[in-house]
Amino acid sequence: MSISAKLLRTYIWLVLFLALRAVGNLSLAWGTRRLPQKLAADPLVYVRSMLDPFVAFGIVLLIVALLARLALLSVADLSFVLPMTAVGYVVAALLGRVFLHESVSLQRWFAVTLIFAGAALVGTTPQNTTATVRK
Amino acid sequence: MKMTWVLLLITVVATALSDLLQSYEMKHAGAQSVGARGLARLVRMIVARRYLLLSIVCLAFSFFAFMALVQTAPLSFAVPASAASFILETAFAKVLLKERIGGRRAGGTLLVLCGIVLLGR
Repeated sequence: MSISAKLLRTYIWLVLFLALRAVGNLSLAWGTRRLPQKLAADPLVYVRSMLDPFVAFGIVLLIVALLARLALLSVADLSFVLPMTAVGYVVAALLGRVFLHESVSLQRWFAVTLIFAGAALVGTTPQNTTATVRK
Repeated sequence: MKMTWVLLLITVVATALSDLLQSYEMKHAGAQSVGARGLARLVRMIVARRYLLLSIVCLAFSFFAFMALVQTAPLSFAVPASAASFILETAFAKVLLKERIGGRRAGGTLLVLCGIVLLGR
């Protein structure tokens, strides 16, 4: 596979992963907040919580996001993937602000901007620095 | 408040271990194709490769701890704070996975770290 094709594939998996995780986390947070009991108190509550449609939908999306991330790790370094996927925190802050009405302070927005800038800098480095060895 | 930090610690450690195992296996698996067929192949791969299976167990620990975390802490805090794991992971990626981490990648990672520290204050 050519370098440009690998780069394109890397960014397709990256965007897919970010979108799936953002919506999955939002659905999960929305669903868990509707539950009558605290999750940390009783393990059985975890199982019951999965009957909530928002929790169930969030779990399905996060499972598909996991597969997308595995595919991403097949074409890019872990040390590349980690900061690049940090862009998801910008999305999380936005979704938390808009849909869950969470207050996001100016300091937190600045922090999110630093994360975004760091990810952008890492994005300028080669995505794969180790040779792929098939078993 | 104490429970929040315990849940965060479980999330961070389990995530780091899971990512390391996943990256190790996927480096050996080779580039995966985009689309539904590629995703189906990945599911089969998880069952066939034991480190991937172990990584899913670690991920389950991380996931349930995270679920409890987002119930009480704001999503805009819980999600970035749990990313503290990647500092640990970047060091492991260099030492164990032999990835080359140059100045720009280290600088970018440091910027992200600063962002996370600022989020926790």
